[in-house]
Amino acid sequence: MKLPSFEFLRARSLAEAWALHSDAGGDAVYLSGGHSVVPSMALRLQAPSRLIDISQIAELHGVELQGDALRIGAMTRHAEVLANPLIARHAPLLSRAAPHVAHPAIRNRGTIGGNLALADPASEFPAAVLAMRAELEVMGPEGQRMIAADDFFLDLYETALIPGEVLTAIHVPLPPEGRMFGFDEIARRRGDYAMVGVAAQADLSDGVVSDASVTLFSVGVTPMRATAAQDALKGAPLSTDSIARAQAALATDLDPPDDPGFPAERRLQLARVLLGRVLTRMEAVQ
Amino acid sequence: MKVMLSTTVNGEQVQEAVLPRTSLADFLREDLGLTGTHLGCEMGACGACLVLMDGVPVHACLVLAVQAEGSTIETIEGLNETGAAADLQARFHDRNALQCGFCTNGMLMSAQALLEANPAPTRDEIRDALSGNYCRCTGYEAIVDAIDTTARDRAARTEAAK
Repeated sequence: MKLPSFEFLRARSLAEAWALHSDAGGDAVYLSGGHSVVPSMALRLQAPSRLIDISQIAELHGVELQGDALRIGAMTRHAEVLANPLIARHAPLLSRAAPHVAHPAIRNRGTIGGNLALADPASEFPAAVLAMRAELEVMGPEGQRMIAADDFFLDLYETALIPGEVLTAIHVPLPPEGRMFGFDEIARRRGDYAMVGVAAQADLSDGVVSDASVTLFSVGVTPMRATAAQDALKGAPLSTDSIARAQAALATDLDPPDDPGFPAERRLQLARVLLGRVLTRMEAVQ
Repeated sequence: MKVMLSTTVNGEQVQEAVLPRTSLADFLREDLGLTGTHLGCEMGACGACLVLMDGVPVHACLVLAVQAEGSTIETIEGLNETGAAADLQARFHDRNALQCGFCTNGMLMSAQALLEANPAPTRDEIRDALSGNYCRCTGYEAIVDAIDTTARDRAARTEAAK
C-alpha cells in the first residue's frame, strides 16, 4: 500500500528536531532508517502529519570507546553493527544478534536506535542490550537522561521515551576478561521473526559462575529478563546440572502468550530447548 | 507539498520535485520511467524492488524518494548499460534461473552486491544473501547455481589476467 500524505522536514541538530516535533503538537514521528516507520505507515498503523528526518544529526553517528563503556550512536545501521570491530570486541552479543535481523538489504538501512525505539518484542537487539545491561542515552529539550535497558522497555512497542525525546546512543559497559556470550533464536525462516530467542552472558570466578545475565525475546510483550534462570546458574560451575536447573527455572520467569496455532506451553518448551543449546555452547568454549 | 530532490541515478544527475510520500521505487518507475525496479510486496519482504544505494542493496519500496537526497542510485537499467552484471545475467539464462522473471532484477542486485563484497561466497553465503529475495516460480537451486558459477568464472578471469 502507498503511504498517506505527510510533511517531510530534515533536522540538522537535536534542538531543531525537538522544535519541529513540538511545533507539530506531537503529531510527528522521527525518521532514521525508516525501515519500521515506512511499512507501518503503509499499513496505516500510524499516519503522522510530519516526519522529521534525524539521520543527518552528528550526535547520532559513530561508534567509540568512552571511559568504561562503548558508545554506539543510534544511527548505526544494522550492517555496521554486524561488521564493526569495536562492537565485535566489546559488545559481541550485538554482532551475534545482527545476522538474525531481517535480510541484508534491510540491514543496510535499518538503524539500531530505530530498532530499540520501536521496541518490537520479537526483535533481537532489545534482548541483547538488556542482557548486556546497557544504558540508553536519551536527549530531549529538558536535557540528557541515561536509562538502564531494564527500565526502557515498558510494554508492547512502548518505551520510557517521552514524546519528543530522541534515543541518541547505546552505552555498553566494557566486559571483563573471559566473559562468555551466547545468542541464538529459532525462526521458521532465516531473517524471519523469531518464535523464541535467547541472549546470555556469564562470568566465571574460580570455575564458578559469579554473574549471569539471561534474556529472552518473542516470549511476551517486551524482551524479558530471566531472573530465576540467572539465579539458577550463579554459584555453580556451568554444567549439565546447572543448565538443567536454569531451563526448569524458565517456568517461573516466563508466561508466554497463548497464540492461536502456537500454544504458550510450546513456546515455553522452545525457550527451554534454546536456552539449553545456548548455555551448552557457552559451556563448551569456557 | 513537493520537495526538491537532487540525486544521481545510473550516473546521471537528477533534479525533481517529489511528494514526500513517494517511495524511491515509485519515483524511479513513474517519474524516471525506470520500470526495471519491480514492486511486489511493498513491505520490504520480497526483494523485487532492490536497487543499489551508495553501492549497497536497499529496498526501493521502503526508502522515501526524499531520503535519497545526495545519494547515488543504481538500478537494473544502470547495470545493463555498464555491462557490470552481463556475465551474471548470462549465467541466469544458461541455468534457467528464472521463469516469469519478475524477481530477477532484484536477485541480480543482491547477487551483484554479494560478489562485489565477497568474490568467493559459499553456497550457504549465497543463500543467506538471497534470503530477502522471493522467487515464486523457478525455485532457488538454479539461481544459487548461476551465482556460484559466476563467482568461479570471475575468479578464473582474475587469475588468467595475472
